[in-house]
Amino acid sequence: MNGRDNNTLALVARIALIAVVAVVLQVAVVSQITLFGVTADVTSLAVMSIGLLAGSMAGAIAGFAIGLMVDVVMFQTIGVTSLLFITVGYWSGRLRELRDPANGLAPLLLGALATGFTGVGMAVIQFLLGVEAPVSLLLLQQIVLQVLVNSLLALPVYELIRRVLYRVLPRGPRTRGARAYNASLSPLERPSERLAGSTRARVR
Amino acid sequence: MHDKQIRRRRAVLALLVAVSLILLTDYFGGSASSPLHQVQRGIATVLSPLQAGASTVLSPIRNAASYVSSVFTAKSELTTLQGRYNQLVGEYARVQYEGILYRQAQQLLGLDKSYNLASYGPVTGRLIGEDPSLWYETITVDRGSSSGVSIYDPVVGPGGLVGDVTQVTPNASVVSLITSSKFSVGAMIENESGAAGLIEPQVGDPNALTLIDLPPNSNVSFNQLVVTSGFRDPHDPAIQSFAPPGIPIGTVSSTNPQNSVLTNQEEQVTPLADLQHLTLVQILTRPHGG
Repeated sequence: MNGRDNNTLALVARIALIAVVAVVLQVAVVSQITLFGVTADVTSLAVMSIGLLAGSMAGAIAGFAIGLMVDVVMFQTIGVTSLLFITVGYWSGRLRELRDPANGLAPLLLGALATGFTGVGMAVIQFLLGVEAPVSLLLLQQIVLQVLVNSLLALPVYELIRRVLYRVLPRGPRTRGARAYNASLSPLERPSERLAGSTRARVR
Repeated sequence: MHDKQIRRRRAVLALLVAVSLILLTDYFGGSASSPLHQVQRGIATVLSPLQAGASTVLSPIRNAASYVSSVFTAKSELTTLQGRYNQLVGEYARVQYEGILYRQAQQLLGLDKSYNLASYGPVTGRLIGEDPSLWYETITVDRGSSSGVSIYDPVVGPGGLVGDVTQVTPNASVVSLITSSKFSVGAMIENESGAAGLIEPQVGDPNALTLIDLPPNSNVSFNQLVVTSGFRDPHDPAIQSFAPPGIPIGTVSSTNPQNSVLTNQEEQVTPLADLQHLTLVQILTRPHGG
């Protein structure tokens, strides 16, 4: 087994760990805390973060796994959350692969989009499956509020997951960040080299 | 290489979506005893102790977060409850006020019956203004000349005499209280001797009056009732007290016996009407009609 395989295995293990922790936290803690009348959903944020950090493939698989776990544990219709989270994970990953957003607020926007998509998608699927009880327009308000609450949590969740996956990411924000920092420094912005050059010129 | 990667990615995506749809269809179409439901129940059964354990272990975090959340909720609830509290305080005050009005009306009714005030044309008025000074000079009542009120009409309140009308407008009257520095009325001790004198205020003290000019050696004892004498000069009917006889003013609170036959007697009298908490009064519009 070479180093690359080891890295992939470590990445899978860490993503699995994140998935389990996210679901357990969601079920045991987050679902029981109401903020502005709604509960936050860290699982969709976790899927978005994994996709944004590890790519579309990892995002889609993690989305499927986390969605499946949520459906099973929460006694929901199996497959609904998986389907939605596959989309969230995949498109978060594709965004990274196609655009590579460097803006620090990208996870916030993406978290809001992911939550909104999950909320609306869940409602649409429930309608398609046939909801017998009358649905209140309050649901729309709840979705909007959950988007707002999740937007507040998106950056911390993303940062936490980035730290967990930091060392095992194949080509992640770690390298991009380092490159961006070094590449932005022109010789004029590097006083040591500038001074060294001038000293050499005087000596000659 | 790149194409292969794309194909693999798409294949994985299609596989995941297909698996999800199969699971969804099978779960939704299946009965409660279908294998998928059983698997879900089995996993949930296995996970439930873990879930319970995690819930217990993580309860401090949950409690802390709930506390923060409840602070936000409590703030909005506080505003709502504060509004509700203010509303209830307003309602309570209104009910209290109605209760005071009712009690005072009952007392006035009792006064009417006891002293036959109905024959003096009583007009009930509500207090709409009060002298804010410590001199307890005047009050304003919402009845005026349009209700038949005239100047010098006597005014009674719960308990007894309150004062007399000193200014009249069509819809309001100013009443000089018995504690006003300018007030004076003929009064008598309600006993066999019927010793008569003049009631004067002790300015600044709303709970004290002085009965002066009592005949020497008047037989006065503590707590005796002092009423208006309704003085009328038999030689000149125009000279008469503004108040009809028999309206209670107060009770003797301290006696001051005089041994000299030459000196008039003085007594301290406590007014019966609570001048500081008046709400309803009656203006006797025909004080001499009884």
